[in-house]
Amino acid sequence: MMELVMSIVIGVLTACGVLMMLRARTFAVMLGLTMLSYAVNLFIFVSGGLTAGKGAVLGRSDIYSDPLPQALVLTAIVIGFAMTAFLVILAIRARADLGNDHVDGNSGNAQEDSD
Amino acid sequence: MQHLPILPILIPLLTAALLLLPPFQTMLSRQRWFSGASLLLLVLVSAFGLYESAFGATNFYLLGNWPQPFGIVLVHDRLAAMFVLLTAVLALAAWLFSIGGEDGLGAFYHPLLHFLLMGINGAFLTGDLFNLFVFFEVLLISSYGLLMHSGGKARARAGLHYVLMNLAGSAVFLLALALLYAALGTLNIADMAQKISQLEPSQVPLVKAAAGMLLLVFGLKAAVLPLHFWLPSAYSAATPAVAAMFAVMTKIGVYCLLRVFGTLFAGYDNPLADFGQQMLWLAGLATLLLAAMGVVAAQSLKKLIAYLVLVSVGSLISVLAIGTVPAVAAVLYYCLHSTLIAAALFLLADLIAKQRGTVADRLVSGRPLQQPVLLGSLFILAALAVVGMPPLSGFVGKIWLLQAATDASDKIALWSVVLLSSLLVLIALTRAGSTLFWRLNKQQAGTERCGRAQLVAVFSLLLSSPLLVIFGDAVMQFCLLAAQQLHTPLLLSTTGGH
Repeated sequence: MMELVMSIVIGVLTACGVLMMLRARTFAVMLGLTMLSYAVNLFIFVSGGLTAGKGAVLGRSDIYSDPLPQALVLTAIVIGFAMTAFLVILAIRARADLGNDHVDGNSGNAQEDSD
Repeated sequence: MQHLPILPILIPLLTAALLLLPPFQTMLSRQRWFSGASLLLLVLVSAFGLYESAFGATNFYLLGNWPQPFGIVLVHDRLAAMFVLLTAVLALAAWLFSIGGEDGLGAFYHPLLHFLLMGINGAFLTGDLFNLFVFFEVLLISSYGLLMHSGGKARARAGLHYVLMNLAGSAVFLLALALLYAALGTLNIADMAQKISQLEPSQVPLVKAAAGMLLLVFGLKAAVLPLHFWLPSAYSAATPAVAAMFAVMTKIGVYCLLRVFGTLFAGYDNPLADFGQQMLWLAGLATLLLAAMGVVAAQSLKKLIAYLVLVSVGSLISVLAIGTVPAVAAVLYYCLHSTLIAAALFLLADLIAKQRGTVADRLVSGRPLQQPVLLGSLFILAALAVVGMPPLSGFVGKIWLLQAATDASDKIALWSVVLLSSLLVLIALTRAGSTLFWRLNKQQAGTERCGRAQLVAVFSLLLSSPLLVIFGDAVMQFCLLAAQQLHTPLLLSTTGGH
């Protein structure tokens, strides 16, 4: 049951993320990338196996959960957060420099872009 | 020198951190000299590392002295040492060029350059796949900053594409890592290689999916055909010293393909042996053709050089797919040559553009150059090297690449595509050169002359080409040994700790 819920959650997040990333506006793409990175983080988190009731600290329980995915996901979260922050700044800068928020930097209006 | 493997990561890290602190923070001249001194030290350390690696032992450096495969490990062998030295030499040339004034166009040029070096060197030296991801992010975030150096419309546009592509790539990389960890229970490359050879058949599809994703990510870094669209605009928009430094970035993708697919998924009893080889072969050849057409179609010198980078990527990837020891050795030699010459061309393009005034590097008639003979002869040298005419290193490198194909059908495909693309590049460079230097309008030449440091930077990068021929035998021997070392399985050493 837990596996099913987890895989549905990851799948839906990934699908939404990819859909948003295919939009042509920087804000939508940014949201898409954030969702995708949530999906990826969950995926890393469950890569050590999905079990309930295992101890996270040595000595508290007879069986232990795998600590490495937790360390990996922590690293991935930190890096993903920093990259998202950078992307927000870059998108605002591109909006200011190029005059619109299209990912290609043109508004879709050929006459306006030719100058 | 037991701590030698970690020095190429530590030196740039400490330098970059110090450059952000008070004695250097606000003074550009102090930053320049401190940055230069650190780069010189890095070149010396890397050269010593190369000398050490030539004795043939793979040096495992256990961080925190945790035994393998539990701790993070650095692997210092011939291949890694060679790329670290290449990067250091390139960075020194980029630094020399940038102190002509480019580094003052925006903030934090020198700290970012050193963080970039830390990421690149880390990616070359690490023996752990997750650590490779972390170093990728370090080098990417610095490269985002460097690409946007001195700002402007074109850079904002190219930068946005570059950042978005790489962020999506990082997500895919993480998915692949999680899959591999779930299937193998380890992320240490040497350990993974052993686990894969004893893989249960039910796990093979999982690992194959992960390998496909890794292929995608490294293909994106190397700018192989369907994933190359970010490169021409990004490289032509960057400031010249940054573009020169970026010449090594595509080679990181090539290096990772060699390292991961050479060590992890190669081997006789490996269920994934030859995975992706056919794809890489076709993608490499297609990249080569398409990039050669891009070179012909380019309307500015910087775009043209960016497509030349893609041409070299195409040749490298298609020969890499052949996968034999001589093929890998040829790839390594051509990596050295193409990185240094592409960097020299990016720097040279800026010198030429500055003297042409408002038309800059666009390939249209412009005013005469102030120093046409000097810049013209440098351009001819660089063009000869990049096309692959004797007696420069491009010729030796290309012959060696062509010899790597052994099957008759491979030979036909590789020879025809490489030679055709060389012809296209030759035509395009001849046309570009005659436009830049001979199609002049009636204006007077400007007064701006090249800075001495900038000329020295271009000249020393170009000098590498004859040097690669004169010491060709030694370099080739080294490349062959490095390729052999790559193909011998890495053994987990729990001894040799520090």
